[in-house]
Amino acid sequence: MISLAGRDIMHSLGKFIFTGMGLGLLIGVTLSMAGIYRGLVDDGKALLDNSGADLWVVQQDTLGPYAESSNIYDNAWRGIRSMPGVARAASVTYFTMQVHKEDQDVRAMVTGIATGDPGTPGWPPYLVAGRQITRDHYEAVADIATGFKLNDRIRIRRNLYTVVGLTRRMVSSGGDPMVFIPLKDAQQEQFLKDNDAIRQQRRRTAENPAFNQPQMPGLLDAIIASQSTNQYVNAVLVQVEAGQDADKVADTIRRWKRLTVFTRAQMEKILIGKLIATSAKQIGMFLVILSIVSAAIVAFIIYTLTLGKIREIAVLKLIGTKNRTIVGLIMQQSIALGVIGFVVGKITATLVMAPIFPKYVLLEPLDSVIGFGVVVMICMISSIIAIRAAMKVDPAEAIGG
Amino acid sequence: MTGKGIRIEGLKKRYGSGDTAVDALTNVNMQVSPGEVVGLIGPSGSGKTTLLKCLGAVIEPTAGRMILGDEIIYEDGWKVNDLRALRRDRIGFIFQAPYLIPFLDVTDNVALLPMLAGKPNAEARSRAIELFKALDVEHRARAMPSQLSGGEQQRVAIARGLVNHPPVILADEPTAPLDSERALAVIRILNNMARKFETAIIVVTHDEKIIPTFKRIYNIRDGVTYEEAGEGRAFT
Ligand SMILES: Nc1ncnc2c1ncn2[C@@H]1O[C@H](COP(=O)(O)OP(=O)(O)OP(=O)(O)O)[C@@H](O)[C@H]1O
Ligand SMILES: [Mg+2]
Repeated sequence: MISLAGRDIMHSLGKFIFTGMGLGLLIGVTLSMAGIYRGLVDDGKALLDNSGADLWVVQQDTLGPYAESSNIYDNAWRGIRSMPGVARAASVTYFTMQVHKEDQDVRAMVTGIATGDPGTPGWPPYLVAGRQITRDHYEAVADIATGFKLNDRIRIRRNLYTVVGLTRRMVSSGGDPMVFIPLKDAQQEQFLKDNDAIRQQRRRTAENPAFNQPQMPGLLDAIIASQSTNQYVNAVLVQVEAGQDADKVADTIRRWKRLTVFTRAQMEKILIGKLIATSAKQIGMFLVILSIVSAAIVAFIIYTLTLGKIREIAVLKLIGTKNRTIVGLIMQQSIALGVIGFVVGKITATLVMAPIFPKYVLLEPLDSVIGFGVVVMICMISSIIAIRAAMKVDPAEAIGG
Repeated sequence: MTGKGIRIEGLKKRYGSGDTAVDALTNVNMQVSPGEVVGLIGPSGSGKTTLLKCLGAVIEPTAGRMILGDEIIYEDGWKVNDLRALRRDRIGFIFQAPYLIPFLDVTDNVALLPMLAGKPNAEARSRAIELFKALDVEHRARAMPSQLSGGEQQRVAIARGLVNHPPVILADEPTAPLDSERALAVIRILNNMARKFETAIIVVTHDEKIIPTFKRIYNIRDGVTYEEAGEGRAFT
C-alpha cells in the first residue's frame, strides 16, 4: 500500500510548506511566550542564586526585599551575625532606577553591597572583567547587559561612579541588569532628595521651636544632620554555617529579632508565586489564545483541503477504500502540517525571536517536547471537522446523476 | 442461461416514503453474460443512474433480486456483509468523467485498487502496466493525471475499472466527452476487455454514436426495462 497522505502532500508541497510556515510563525510566537515565562522564572532564580544568601532577613511582616518594600536598621546585621549557625551576614539595598552614562540612560537595579571580602552575601559571585569594589565610595560593578564598559563613568542620581568590574546575567526579577555600588553610597542615593527639598526641610525644621532652642546650640544642626542620613537598608543576607539547617537558623533569628526571615525555598515561592504571578497568568492566557488560534487555523486549512477532495474521497469510497484509510489520509496531513509548523516555529523561536526579545527567553528542551506533543494533539483534534465531512461523503456521489 | 455474469429480477427502488415517495425503478429485469457488453438507454429521469447505483451497491434497492455469478447479493436486503469489499473486488466502475486521483500518478491510480485489496505494490503496479499496454497508454504510465489528454485519462479510468478483474463493470456515459472516433475506440476496448477478462459490462448512454454498436440493449422507461435487439454494428 502507498501513503495517500504522503502523495497528496508531495503533490501540493508548496501549499503545505506555505501554510506550514504561517502556522510555524504562530507556533514560534507560542514557544517564545513559553520561553519568556521560563526566562522570568530563571531571572528570579538567578537573582536568588547570585545573592549568595541562604536566608533573607527583612522588615517584619513584609515580603521584602524584592516583592515588597522593606526597611531595617543598618546595624541589624551585627546582631544576626552573632546568632548560632550564622556564618556571614551583610546588609544590602536594592532600588531600581535610571542609571546615566553621558546622555543615555539604562534602567538598572542598583544594589548596595557591604564592604568585606569576596563572597560576602550580596556580592556578585563572579566577574567577567575587571575587579570587585574595593573602595568605600564611587566604584561600581555593572552587568554587561547595561552596555557599560570598564572605566565608564556612570551617574546615579547626582554622583558619578567608575565601573571597575563587569558581571553577566546578574538581573533583577524584572529582568533589569544590576549595578553594584558600595552600601554607604547606595543608602545615600536611595535617600537623596533634591536641593529644593533639602532646603525646604531645613527651613521647616528651623521653624519648629522645639528643635530650634536658643539655649541648646547645636541641636538644630544635629537634627538636620540626622534627617539627611539614611540608617536603613532593605534586607540582611545571611549565609548559614556549613552543616547547619537553614530552617532552624531562620527560626532562631525570628525568635530573637522582631524581623521576618525567609529561606531560599520561601523566597523562590514569593518570587515565582507572587511577584511574577500576574505576568505568568498573562503569558498563560496568551498561550491559550495562541493554541486556540493555531487549532482554528489548522482546522480551517485541513477542512478546506478536504472539501477540495470530496470527489476523490467519493471515488476512493466507491472503489472500496476503508474509512480508516480516509481518516488516516486527513489526519496524517494534519499532523504533517503540525510537524512542518513546529519545525519552522522552533527554528524561528530559537534563531529569530529569542535573540531579539529584550527580556531573557529561555527555551527549555522539555517545553519543546511538550509543545510538539500539544501541536500534534491540536492537529489531530482540528482534523475532526474535516474527518466528519469526509465520512459524510456518499460513494454514490462518484456515480453522479 | 449460465450461472455467470449478472442477473437482475423484478428489482424495485423507491426513494423516500409517503406523499413524497418516488418510484424510480418499478420492474427491472436484466441479464448480462460474461464477455458481453450491453447498452442501457432511456430518457432522462427514467431510472438509469438509480439502477447503476443499486448494482454498484451504493444504494439499497427496495425489492427484487440481484445475482452476481452464482451468488445472490440482494434479495429483500443485502446478502453480502461487506459491501465495500464487494465494490472493490467484484465491480468495476467507469464514470462519465475519469475522476482520477490527482495526487497519484497514472500507474498508482490504477494500482491503488489491487493494493486496497491487499496485493503487494509491485504486483499491483505490474497489473496496471499490463492493462496500459492493452489500452495503449503505457508510455504515460509515470505521468500525473493532469498531464494526460481527455482520451488518455478515460483509458486510464477504464484500466482502473478492469484492474481487479471484476466479473461486472458498470460504465456511466463513458463516451460522453469524446468525439465520435474516440467514443468508438472506447467501445472497442470495452468489448475486447469483456472478452479477454470474461467480464459483463453495462454501458449507460445517451450517445447516438455508440448505440448502434450494441448487440443487445435494455431500454428503461419509467423504471421498467424492455429488452431490445441492437444493430450490433461493427465498430472497427
Ligand atoms: N436521491 C433521490 N431521491 C429522490 N428521488 C430521486 C433520487 N434520485 C433520483 N430520483 C428520482 O428517480 C427518478 C430516476 O432518476 P435517475 O437519476 O435514475 O434517472 P436517469 O435515468 O439517470 O436520468 P438522467 O438521464 O437525467 O441522468 C427521477 O424521477 C429522479 O427524480
Ligand atoms: Mg443519470
